[in-house]
Amino acid sequence: MTDASTTPPKPASQLRDIWQQFRTHKGALFGLITLSILVLAVLIGPYLWIPDDLTVAQEMKIKNQGPSLRFPLGTDQLGRDMLSRVLLAGRVSLAVGFVAMVIAIVFGTFIGIVAGYFRRMEGPLMRLTDMFLALPLIPLLLVMVMLFRDKVAAIIGPELGAFLLIVFAIGITSWMATARIVRGEVLTLKEREYVLAARSIGARPNRIILRHILPNVVSPVMVAATLGVADAIITESVLSFLGLGFPPDFPTWGRLLNDGLQYMQIYPERIIWPGLAISLTVLSVNYIGDGLRDALDPRIRGR
Amino acid sequence: MLTFTLRRLLLAIPTLLVISLVIFLLVDLAPGSPLSQIPLTVPPDVRQKMIEALGADQPVMFRYVLWLRQFFWVEPMNLFDGWFGTHIVEGEQRILSWQSRSPVFSIIGERIPQTLIVIGTAYLVGILIALPIGIYSAYRQYSLFDQIGTLFAMIGFSVPTFFSGTLFIIIFSVWLGWLPTKYDTTLQVIDWASFLEQIKQMILPVMTLGLANAASISRYMRSSMLDNMGMDYVRTARAKGLSERVVVLKHVLRNSLIPVVTVIALGIPSIFGGAIITENLFGVNGIGAALIGAIQASDIPMVQTLAFIFAVLIVLFNLIADVLYGFLDPRIRYD
Amino acid sequence: MKLRTALLGAVAVMGLSPAAFADRGTDGEVKLTFPQAVSIMNPYLSGGTKDIYASSMVLEPLAGLTPEGTLVPKLAAEIPTLENGGVSADMTSITWKLQPGLLWSDGSAVTAADAVFTWQYCTHPEGGCSQATKYEGVASVEAVDDATIKVTFDGPKANPYTAFVSALAPIIQKAQFEACIGAAAPTCTDANNMPIGTGPFMVTGFTVNDTVSMAMNPNYRDPAKPAFATAMIKGGGDAESSARAVMETGEFDYAWNTQIPPDSQAAMAAAGKGEFVVAFGTLVERIEMNTTDPSADLPEGERATAKHPHPFLSDIKVRTALSMAIDRSILVEVGYGAGGKPTCNVIPGPEGWASDNTACLTQDLEGAKALLEEAGWTDSDGDGIRDKDGKKLHILYQTTVNPIRQDFQALIKDWWTEIGVEVELKSIDPGVFFGGDAGSPDTFQKFYADVEMYANNSEMPDPESYLSQYMCSKAPTPESQWQGENINRFCDPAYDALITELGTTTDMAKRQEIAIKLNDMVTKDSMIVVPLVHRGTLSAHSNALGGVQINAWDSELWNVADWFRVK
Repeated sequence: MTDASTTPPKPASQLRDIWQQFRTHKGALFGLITLSILVLAVLIGPYLWIPDDLTVAQEMKIKNQGPSLRFPLGTDQLGRDMLSRVLLAGRVSLAVGFVAMVIAIVFGTFIGIVAGYFRRMEGPLMRLTDMFLALPLIPLLLVMVMLFRDKVAAIIGPELGAFLLIVFAIGITSWMATARIVRGEVLTLKEREYVLAARSIGARPNRIILRHILPNVVSPVMVAATLGVADAIITESVLSFLGLGFPPDFPTWGRLLNDGLQYMQIYPERIIWPGLAISLTVLSVNYIGDGLRDALDPRIRGR
Repeated sequence: MLTFTLRRLLLAIPTLLVISLVIFLLVDLAPGSPLSQIPLTVPPDVRQKMIEALGADQPVMFRYVLWLRQFFWVEPMNLFDGWFGTHIVEGEQRILSWQSRSPVFSIIGERIPQTLIVIGTAYLVGILIALPIGIYSAYRQYSLFDQIGTLFAMIGFSVPTFFSGTLFIIIFSVWLGWLPTKYDTTLQVIDWASFLEQIKQMILPVMTLGLANAASISRYMRSSMLDNMGMDYVRTARAKGLSERVVVLKHVLRNSLIPVVTVIALGIPSIFGGAIITENLFGVNGIGAALIGAIQASDIPMVQTLAFIFAVLIVLFNLIADVLYGFLDPRIRYD
Repeated sequence: MKLRTALLGAVAVMGLSPAAFADRGTDGEVKLTFPQAVSIMNPYLSGGTKDIYASSMVLEPLAGLTPEGTLVPKLAAEIPTLENGGVSADMTSITWKLQPGLLWSDGSAVTAADAVFTWQYCTHPEGGCSQATKYEGVASVEAVDDATIKVTFDGPKANPYTAFVSALAPIIQKAQFEACIGAAAPTCTDANNMPIGTGPFMVTGFTVNDTVSMAMNPNYRDPAKPAFATAMIKGGGDAESSARAVMETGEFDYAWNTQIPPDSQAAMAAAGKGEFVVAFGTLVERIEMNTTDPSADLPEGERATAKHPHPFLSDIKVRTALSMAIDRSILVEVGYGAGGKPTCNVIPGPEGWASDNTACLTQDLEGAKALLEEAGWTDSDGDGIRDKDGKKLHILYQTTVNPIRQDFQALIKDWWTEIGVEVELKSIDPGVFFGGDAGSPDTFQKFYADVEMYANNSEMPDPESYLSQYMCSKAPTPESQWQGENINRFCDPAYDALITELGTTTDMAKRQEIAIKLNDMVTKDSMIVVPLVHRGTLSAHSNALGGVQINAWDSELWNVADWFRVK
């Protein structure tokens, strides 16, 4: 509890201060490094690791192989190299996971703060949240595909269109929990002394929200974000079951996990690799979240 | 608080009506047909007859009003008739599932016990594991216990239940042969032996679901505790010489419960909503399995009824959460 | 792998039959599991195979079909034929005789009036009976006396064995269903879930979409059967978990529809607790070629209609090349193992009805390339994709979401890419694909793709109605709300003429000859349909269950009365 209270933070040094604090957090560094490796691997990996271009007849001879020098992660039931598939899959899964999570978190936090802080907005916004919670997910997704897929694809092309539709679908169906959690926190925060004090000296609502409310809801939001990444990656594989996802020959971690499931007993490595990739991502996001929270919260900083 | 609760309850009625209409339109608009699971060998004209017999070719608003009437008049009165032996709605059509032609409410009645027993237990187990882990992890942040708890929680929610469930089946049923893989819904608990049977068949689904639930609740508990540990009132309490136990379990815990209560309140309706994947995997005939089956078969009356009951529960439990906020933090005011 | 085909199964059961002389109800409980749970026990209100199989343990027809596809009497004393005078010489009526002394499970007598009622029940215009086709062409059903049923057709009927034959058209009890006719049919929940029947078992408990509990029928006509005192069918889960419950954990005796990857089949069979059995009917996984242009540039209402022929698939050389590039034996090896065999026919069986067309079985990539060259498709810009008049050879290939189908898509895409065709894959939720919702662009009838893959079969060994699907008039169009079975919009007047001829031909050998000709017209002669795999239904039974004789032509549980516990 020393640095924050003795020297008044200047805006420029505040970022550096947070970084300094973040750096000392071992878990956070581990998380950041792991995530960077994962991101680099899926971005550059597919250019470095190019599997041999085999014909179907050749692939059939090498199907379902275990790890070897030629195939570090083995091959699947059609003789495709698992390493290159896991790397390719990671691009989509990481992108979907993070973008959808950001959409859900930003939207959910916004709704939660507005509903919690402004009494007049609370009723309509919370009823909207209730409605979204109550809507059956699968029919909602099916309707979205039916209405929008071809239109979106016509404007920006099938693959980008599928991506946008997926992140939008996941985002629009997973912001509600964040909204309710944030609202609950805001309800208590806005009655705290410092908020009341700020309000009594005439501070404007957006300033109070930015300076006093937002920093204090960071920690539940971080947890929601961590859970959100995992959820989005898994939900993407559910979407591909509805034909909403990417074309069927387009691997994603969730889909690899699903495909591997029926081979779990005979070739367990088929599910271990995508499962490990998802777990590592979530774990590193969690640690980064922990570190960020500690770094952002001056009270925790000293501990 | 009482007027707030009453006002919210009154307000819930128009809200729920709007929600029911939105759900109905959504389910109706979704592509798919109640006949999608009929073999292709059944020719189009026969299919058309079957659709007509279901009443699925009627205009959507007509079907919605019919459903409203059945849900709010015929079904409650039917229950009334059953209790008091009257004949108010005798001969009136109840809400019938398109898939099985059985009354939707008797299907729900058949499934409620399994849902509450299995899914409810799993949720309870999840909360009971999660709260202590979350509290202790926060109290001893970055201790070995915390690290292991974190790892456990991360694996718990990055691994989907279809994976963990199958893994448990392979380990405990195929390799060890200890536990059954399929839940026997006809089992009646009458004595000690059948009670043990019941416990045995509940272990796998409860474990699968409990793990997933515990993972996320423990994270919220931990982070919220951490937020409060550094607060001034905690130092004050310690300075007053209160024991650590009182400080942590009384002061910090109570103030940390708001996000946890929110998460749990969001989770309880989902007990009714069931756990689709787990129920399917272990053959537990809960509501979740019924809902997904009905969605796949475009069984609109069934989907609509289940989704609506689900909506009622969501609105109700979110209201309960709001009331609880007031108890946990008396400063919160609603007007 | 321990697998036996339907034919071998028959032999094996004959060998085992001495052990089957058990007394009624001495073998305890038989437990079955289905990946899809039973919804209703009345086959007339459900078309789902699961419901039909489950109800076949309780309700029985006059005659059933054997694994070889021949008729076997159930409630009938014998099969009426031209020779024994049961079928009238002009083929306009058939007269069935009930076995003497038949009782329903509630103890009342089975009479011809029950059959008459069954016909009325299923043909009522408001009843929505899913098996209405079984009674198509039936002008009247009369009870000549208590034990004699006369079915009169509205013209000569080449195949008079549809009404009251097979598990699809059993006899229901008049007394129980009398108040349930027409619009009231769905409201009779008790009757629909617990029908009174004549079969070896009767329903004692029914939970919708979960479990059917049954007990032996005390009034079953064979006093020594069934061997099991009780039976239960547990539904739900998937093929994998059903197979596991029989083959690995031994919790269940029988699992229907356990199609799992070939490797898993081998691993499970190795556990030694049970075996897989397979029955081959007429189910064929195929690629259907679109003869109309599915381009999104066409206005709605003209897209994928006969107005606009397909830009390149209307060329038989392209279609043939696409078929030649596929190695069907690899598809079987990857997807089905013992549960499938490569085929070039839409009608792969039974014996006598199947064409000897095997030309497609050997893959010929070079030949396919040459054919495309010949058709004018060359790779003029060197990017590996053939083009003609500035248009690339690009195919949109759709099917349902299903792990085996996605594997097939990946393999076929590879082969087609090798011959210079660009392939775009799409998978659709089966509920949407087969749902037929005219508002959805993704139904198989709309066919907004160049090729699509699914499986279809003939319900009866006699394929007349199945083959008539490819008639010009049955093409789905916007005017018909996209309902219709001629998915490819194939239209050949010669084909239609042959179908008409088949409808009036009664001589069996002649019928088979016509059916083979029709099969060839849509497959090898035109390559409109590209058959891939003749699929069987793979089921599993434990080694402790004897008497299983799998059947593709009737309910798989057709001889459940003969099942017994191996001790």
